[in-house]
Amino acid sequence: MSDQIHLTYQVSGDDFTRAGEASSDVKRMLKKMGADPEAIRKVAISMYEGEINMVIHAHGGEINVTITPDEVEMILSDNGPGIPDVEKAMEAGFSTAPENVRSLGFGAGMGLPNMKKYSDDMKIDTKIGEGTKVTMKVQM
Amino acid sequence: MTIREVQNALDAGIACGEEYLERDVHSACGADMMSDVLAFVKDQAVLLTGLCNAQVIRTSEMMDIICIVFVRGKIPDEDMINLAKEREIPLLVTKHKMFTACGILYEKGLHGGQTL
Repeated sequence: MSDQIHLTYQVSGDDFTRAGEASSDVKRMLKKMGADPEAIRKVAISMYEGEINMVIHAHGGEINVTITPDEVEMILSDNGPGIPDVEKAMEAGFSTAPENVRSLGFGAGMGLPNMKKYSDDMKIDTKIGEGTKVTMKVQM
Repeated sequence: MTIREVQNALDAGIACGEEYLERDVHSACGADMMSDVLAFVKDQAVLLTGLCNAQVIRTSEMMDIICIVFVRGKIPDEDMINLAKEREIPLLVTKHKMFTACGILYEKGLHGGQTL
């Protein structure tokens, strides 16, 4: 048995009610594998916030997850508008989400800060008009 | 405090998850912004919220929230109930407003958990 598991998820940008299915799947898989509950929680929250961001800002995208005994790596790629000012976007409370998203319980400007808080390592590659790639790692 | 005691204190109806009412609740959180819940909640918490959509269930799943109480009489739809059943999260509905519902539980000894 290989000690690496790769998972790929297509995240739809059209259906907000389904946002979070990929994160839910990963969470349940880690639980089944008997991973540390605190590590599972960190993966679930950071990936879920990323998934929600993809739906809100980038009309969906793709998530690649690699699980090894030592860490979980999540790569979230989209072809969205890109982030003009990453430093600003990382500030707690700063949001560019439209009003309708706020009425759904998101867009409080906590997404990226939460992703940073709960992952052990986070890298953002973004290009205006081309898309964003967020790589997060959580130690197991 | 158990979920059943929460239900009794809030005079709440049960939308699903009657079989989980004996679970222990250690803390509570009242929020309509799910990002706040994702930032702060810990420790076998019950979530009180006026938001009523599928992401409330998803957020609760991610945070291991053990019970959701919808305030102001908001009724979860069938899809939400099905998702909550799958994830074994009981859903309660109370007519109380958010502030009152939180106050009742606080008076009964349920607090907000650790501060930052």
